Amino acid sequence: MAKKGDLGRIWDYTVNTQVWRSIMRHGYPSTPRNRALAILSNLVLHLHPIRMRKSGLRVRYTWCMGGITFFLFLELTITGLLLMFYYRPTAEYAYNDIVFLRSDVPLGIMRELHRWGAHAMVISVWLHMMRVFLTGAYKPPREFNWGVGVVLLVLTLLLSFTGYLLPWDQLAMWAVTVGTNMARATPFVGHEGPGASAIVLPTEGGAISVIHQASDVRFGLLGGRFVGAPTILRFYVLHCVGFPLIVAFLVALHFWRVRKDGGISGPL
Amino acid sequence: MEAAKEFLNNLFNPIVYTVLGVALFVVMLLTYRVWTRPKFALALLGLGVGAFLVSLPDPNFRAIVTKPDNVPIVALIFILGFFLWWSLRQAAINDERLEQGLPPREAEEANDRILVWPDLVYEELICMVILSVVLIVWSIYLKAPLEEPANPGKTPNPSKAPWYFLGLQEMLVYFDPWIAGVVLPGMIISGLILVPYCDKNPRGMGYYTLKERPFAVGTFLFGFCVLWVMLIIMGTFLRGPNWNFFGPYEPWDSHKLESLSNVNLSEYFWVHGLKRRMPEEWFMRELPGIFLVSVYLFAGPALLLLAPPVRRMYQEIGFLRYGLVMVHLLPMAAMVIKMILRWTINLKYVIFIPEYFFNI
Ligand code: HEM
Repeated sequence: MAKKGDLGRIWDYTVNTQVWRSIMRHGYPSTPRNRALAILSNLVLHLHPIRMRKSGLRVRYTWCMGGITFFLFLELTITGLLLMFYYRPTAEYAYNDIVFLRSDVPLGIMRELHRWGAHAMVISVWLHMMRVFLTGAYKPPREFNWGVGVVLLVLTLLLSFTGYLLPWDQLAMWAVTVGTNMARATPFVGHEGPGASAIVLPTEGGAISVIHQASDVRFGLLGGRFVGAPTILRFYVLHCVGFPLIVAFLVALHFWRVRKDGGISGPL
Repeated sequence: MEAAKEFLNNLFNPIVYTVLGVALFVVMLLTYRVWTRPKFALALLGLGVGAFLVSLPDPNFRAIVTKPDNVPIVALIFILGFFLWWSLRQAAINDERLEQGLPPREAEEANDRILVWPDLVYEELICMVILSVVLIVWSIYLKAPLEEPANPGKTPNPSKAPWYFLGLQEMLVYFDPWIAGVVLPGMIISGLILVPYCDKNPRGMGYYTLKERPFAVGTFLFGFCVLWVMLIIMGTFLRGPNWNFFGPYEPWDSHKLESLSNVNLSEYFWVHGLKRRMPEEWFMRELPGIFLVSVYLFAGPALLLLAPPVRRMYQEIGFLRYGLVMVHLLPMAAMVIKMILRWTINLKYVIFIPEYFFNI
């Protein structure tokens, strides 16, 4: 055996301390046993199986797209959290807070990282779906996980859409106005939707319409008849709390199912 | 140069754009074994990048492609092109192998079970590092846009939804909001969720192939590439003030006028066809449209069964699944049909019942 240098001795000493051993329950992952333990005993890594098909490892098979989507979700969570320190979701402050973020906050690329990351996640989730489709990976036994994926796709778009409003500039306000205008035409529950005029309360003085401008789904979505201050708060709550929680839960389910369904798909 | 731009501006309109797009898409699928060869694909990439670079000095083109929020969409065009190439290339290789009686390439390594540490963990790490660098560089060089403060009294022209919804906004030209904004997105979602339950083809699991599942792959790629992404590209780059169509090098003039005189089917039928007054009562008035739509939705699936490949599919998947496929496929096709009818005969609505906000 080669004589150990000082660094080697410091290393040996460190990994034998009680503190180190309380954290790391195995030696350096250079043997099959330790490599398995590295995956098993780490909270993050244990999302993985210990072994997998070599074909599923290939970048040309998965394009890493699911992983990229997950990474972007984490990146957006972190940068979004930092943005929340500076942003107040009210009509008075929202725009000025963004101006301040742009001009005065140190390390001022958090907004950029968040916005471009969000665009990238929308694209990567589409591409992930495309690769899953083209490899026929939704076929039994993975039908359910494909469905979970579709819901994740919709939630990704909703996350991006609710975030779009928050800068409260012309771009934000009108894009959301255009996007939510369609809600007023929802069949039965939007005041301009087919069938809505048929929903009435018969009273002695004549029929009262139930679904009108100030009671339809769009009103509920916006908190008013127009995109305004209540809309900022609603979208903010959904964007920062509601949707991320659901996505986090569904991603956990998605990953769990990838493993329960036999790992990354491959030819039979 | 100017003449070429002029020519392209005049050539392009929604009809040419869409018809050309669909034609290109069909050719792409039919010739996937040829154009995906590396040399051919590189030439195509060169062509795309070349056309982009040559166009860049044009002020109108540059103004629209360098708008910060549009940069990701320019990237999307190239990224989607790349992944289409990569997947169809592998499909071509596998399909050739399958014809020779060999298993697909993926099968060679499918039973090789390797340890996740170090291979996958390191792959993920490298991927994360590269992506972080890309994001940071992108964020340093391209500032996120911020326009004037929100002003409810000042509607911008054009007013566009966020870019990923522009395909649906384009559908607003042809359909009422309840269809474009509620029914179509709903059907995209339900259709996607139903895919695994309707596709009973046991082949093509776990490897890239086109030959073994042409219908599934063709339909999906048509929906995604043509109906979703191509309409987003049109909505972003070619739709300007008043949602008018503008060529790639055309200035966005908000006074551009396009004659809009769309006619309902009922008017075509009663007034132009039978030379009569329209019936007062809505059911009689709209009977021709109601008849056509019913034929399309109910007789259509039955008539399609006359084609042998469709009959084979029916035998494979059965009545219920076939019905579900048709419920989603026919509206998908109706999008294209309605677009074409609008451009060719200015058809506004097939069924027009404003009494109930029910217009198709
Ligand atoms: C937030 C969104 C999503 C995240 C973070 C995510 C993440 C992942 C990851 C990491 C994998 C492992 C394999 C791979 O990377 O390809 C995976 C597999 C899978 N995903 Fe997703 N995904 C998302 C959305 C979707 C969508 C939109 C679909 C389909 C509509 C989908 C369907 C599937 C299926 C069926 C598998 C199993 C693939 C196989 O076994 O080959 N996922 N996902």
